[in-house]
Amino acid sequence: MQDIEIADIRNLTQVIKERYNYDFTNYAMSSFKRRVQRVIDLYKFASVGHLVSRIKEDPAFFHDFISEITVNVTEMFRDPSFWRVVRDHIIPNIMLNHDTISIWHAGCSSGEEVFSMSIMLKEMGVLNKAKIIATDIDKEILDKAKKGLYAVKHMDLNEKNYIRYQGTGSLKDYYEEREGKVYMDRSLVANVSWREHNLVNGPVFNKFDLVLCRNVMIYFNQTLQNEVLKRLHESMFKYGYLAIGSKESLIWCEIANKFIVVNNEEKIYKKIKE
Amino acid sequence: MNRFKLHNRYKAVVIGGSAGSFQGITRILSGIPQDFSLPIIMCLHRLKHVRNGFTEALSIKSIKPVTEPCDKENIKKGQVYLAPANYHMSIELGNSFSLSTEEMVNNSRPAIDITLETAAYVYKDRLIGILLSGANRDGALGMKKIKERGGLTIVQDPADCMIDTMPAAAMQLTEIDHCLNIDGIIRFLIELDKQYK
Repeated sequence: MQDIEIADIRNLTQVIKERYNYDFTNYAMSSFKRRVQRVIDLYKFASVGHLVSRIKEDPAFFHDFISEITVNVTEMFRDPSFWRVVRDHIIPNIMLNHDTISIWHAGCSSGEEVFSMSIMLKEMGVLNKAKIIATDIDKEILDKAKKGLYAVKHMDLNEKNYIRYQGTGSLKDYYEEREGKVYMDRSLVANVSWREHNLVNGPVFNKFDLVLCRNVMIYFNQTLQNEVLKRLHESMFKYGYLAIGSKESLIWCEIANKFIVVNNEEKIYKKIKE
Repeated sequence: MNRFKLHNRYKAVVIGGSAGSFQGITRILSGIPQDFSLPIIMCLHRLKHVRNGFTEALSIKSIKPVTEPCDKENIKKGQVYLAPANYHMSIELGNSFSLSTEEMVNNSRPAIDITLETAAYVYKDRLIGILLSGANRDGALGMKKIKERGGLTIVQDPADCMIDTMPAAAMQLTEIDHCLNIDGIIRFLIELDKQYK
């Protein structure tokens, strides 16, 4: 198999941009190339050119393409120590000044992070005070997330994370297992609004006390990270919190000075300037 | 004396390792010159959920601190980097790191193949790849890519490995320039460093 050339990628992103108004131009090259290669292998295209032609001609296929190139690998309570900080410091701090709390999961994927948040808030007794919006670029994965339906094989890791998080109960309290599938308790997410939204060119649609955008911007190059961070910043109340992945950093971004680090280990920032 | 026929156009050294490689790695990191000239980029299999402790353990004897890069961090000369837990680590054009949470590759995240392959793409013939002891086949494909792009390939001599599956898999898949024990790898790196002084 020939390696994908950068020119091929440029051509592909150009076609997608013109035809569908999705902009992958400033995605991180290393991972984007791998994702494209993955689609080529999966559908057995002879070349990038064949993939481009199919995308041009077939809008239904384009949506499958979006689902396949989007990275949807996640865990419940990923980084348990992060969740402990949110529970013990961030939520109580927000609740000091507000009766309600608005939360945005930006790039929620299959919903594990949203269920983790709901479980945490329920155990804190404040789930009914939370207004949660969960968005993703991939409509198909949102439909999956809404259902709260997971494979049993992933639950072992989720359980381990929950135990390390030191929840008050057992993760089993929140789901039923039937016919080899895990059905999450949907009352947990009864008040969650799930929306299709593209971080790259989607509008600023609300303001939040807490934005979680963990391991999403790692798929963007620095130019795009800058743009998206500006959008996230606009979507936050002053003194609101932003959580990114444990190995991401804001320090290179142009508007880094509008945030302070609240917890460097868990990468939680606070907006201090409009 | 230049038995490895080295030159000073290499830009980076990438090292992959898995089961049985920890001791070898610490010996390498304590045996090379303090002011080693090139970045050393390591991808070692490690526990996914344990974020802390590994760099500290490696740093104890290392000639310089081992750091886990953040996403999009620039690669600097003479630094020692380790792929963080539960992330794949790629090299980007423009000489920076990219992290990702994509599916596991070869049952691993970080996967050695990903680090080696992206490094091969960026550094081409200016790269040295070293594959150490390990119990699976991760890294073999990455070494092949390094060779295809003109880089230099080194494996730990299977006889010197605690578990030789990984270097043996690479030797089967591609041409290996040097098959060395850990002392040999240290001598190689010392000689390499002399080209830059």
